[in-house]
Amino acid sequence: MAITKETVKYVANLARIELKPQELEKMSGQLKDILGFIDKLGKVDIKNISPTSHILPINNVLRNDHPQESLSADKALENAPHREGNFFVVPKVIE
Amino acid sequence: MDKAELNKLTAHVLLESLNKQEIKPEDILSALSKRIKEVDSKVKSYIRMDKFGELKNTRTQEQANSILKRIPVSIKDNICTEGYNTECCSRILEGFKPPYDATVIKKLKQAGSLILDIKTNMDEFAFGSSTENSFFGPTHNPWNLDCVPGGSSGGSAAAVAADEAIAALGSDTGGSIRQPASFCGVVGLKPTYGRVSRYGLIAFASSLDQIGPLTKDVRDNAILMNAIAGYDPKDSTSVDLAVPDYTACLGRDIKGIKIAIPQEYFIEGLEDEVKSIVEEAVHKLKELGAGSEQVSLPHTEYAVPVYYIIATAEASSNLARFDGVQYGFRAKSQEPRANNLIEMYKQTRGEGFGDEAKRRIILGTFALSHGYYDAYYLCALKVRTLIKQDFDRVFKEFNCIVTPTSPTPAFKIGEKIEDPLKMYLSDIYTISANLAGIPAISVPCGFTKKGMPVGLQILAKPFNEELLFQVAYAYEQSTPWHKMKPKI
Repeated sequence: MAITKETVKYVANLARIELKPQELEKMSGQLKDILGFIDKLGKVDIKNISPTSHILPINNVLRNDHPQESLSADKALENAPHREGNFFVVPKVIE
Repeated sequence: MDKAELNKLTAHVLLESLNKQEIKPEDILSALSKRIKEVDSKVKSYIRMDKFGELKNTRTQEQANSILKRIPVSIKDNICTEGYNTECCSRILEGFKPPYDATVIKKLKQAGSLILDIKTNMDEFAFGSSTENSFFGPTHNPWNLDCVPGGSSGGSAAAVAADEAIAALGSDTGGSIRQPASFCGVVGLKPTYGRVSRYGLIAFASSLDQIGPLTKDVRDNAILMNAIAGYDPKDSTSVDLAVPDYTACLGRDIKGIKIAIPQEYFIEGLEDEVKSIVEEAVHKLKELGAGSEQVSLPHTEYAVPVYYIIATAEASSNLARFDGVQYGFRAKSQEPRANNLIEMYKQTRGEGFGDEAKRRIILGTFALSHGYYDAYYLCALKVRTLIKQDFDRVFKEFNCIVTPTSPTPAFKIGEKIEDPLKMYLSDIYTISANLAGIPAISVPCGFTKKGMPVGLQILAKPFNEELLFQVAYAYEQSTPWHKMKPKI
């Protein structure tokens, strides 16, 4: 499957990654090769095969709803690049 | 015993001496410090070394029956160690000091281990097979400094091989413990998925990741597994199964063990020297009483493409959290661009991630995006089922499967880095075990004419690490490879 530069730009935007023009160029070429290789999966007969998203037969792991120790706000904010009180500070979201 | 050479010994030999009080824990630390000062500028197993002075005798939470009493263990940079930088060798996590210990770190401390405050080098976020994708530059293979140590746990493997570590932890998503173990001539185990807690392992692909030990011999690996394996309520994917004493199976003979040799692993692409060394190893296993037969794992050729869809899709989700808000690097806003949140995300991630990280996130996002989800992600999940079924079928009749760990010995630094696809194909023999969730170990099985290590991979059915240790130990003890050291 061919992947165009436009698609790569679109997907990079979805992934919130800014690519410089040379990066976009190089990456589009590399992704094209990788996807070309991946395309061989199209040859496999997957009719009536159920997908394996998780390898272990575990489902719905629950616990009793008893409060336990958790991270304090202070510890949670320890590594913040920009912090004010108990808040992470970020640039504003503009409409 | 020459105290200056304590770093060359295995954990089990050191434990004996410590118990007899022939040596003190400080003696081991000072031998290690000396060795690191001697060779790490060449090998570069460890990172953020600018402030390295001496290894400290850190206090541990030792319990009565501590099985790793004061043995230092080196830790890969993606495993959270409270208060010590854990950055996944990426710019985007620079300065990150976790507010908690990973469960494996807690367990090692409870077993009496000393956790080194310097971390081992890795490919950024475990994306790689050579440790060349590290923000700090590559690690060099102690057997030939021009060669890669393998990846992504290249720092851990090289440190153990160069006696800069007594033992180390790594992580394995597609081969990242076993392949560097093979390239560096040490023992590396990827446990069954769910055997070891992933809590505190900075996630790459949540359905594939496992933490495991890299050690100088099989006994050390079994001891470390005794310490780190087990159910963890903090990891919902960990399995509530009792942990056996993995050292109890060491020394059992392997007469009558049935070994399967998959024909698909012995085709074009496998270097001739590696092929003959592995065939000799299989011959040795037969001399020790095992039987072997050729089998087919027919979907082997689809393992790499399946992996590069599933792993990158999961990675794109797991790495969404790195956005300059809660931790790590944040890009400075660049005028005349508007200073808004989305732009901050894009710039931070654009500048903070390396090339391979960006490549994988974009590939994963693409595979999950509208219009492509069925063709790529869902299709890959179905082929994953077929790959698992291949293994289930073989394990009905055979105790284990034996293959080369890698199609080649360690390649030169720079040789594959410009060609991502070529790099991905070096994982061809290790990837299937992660997709099927089965345990796999790599043990040294010889050297090429140029003196580079070759690894033998043994795979078993889920939660049968005991069989892996039994077979690996029997092989190891009848061969000289584990006693050989690089001249560095």
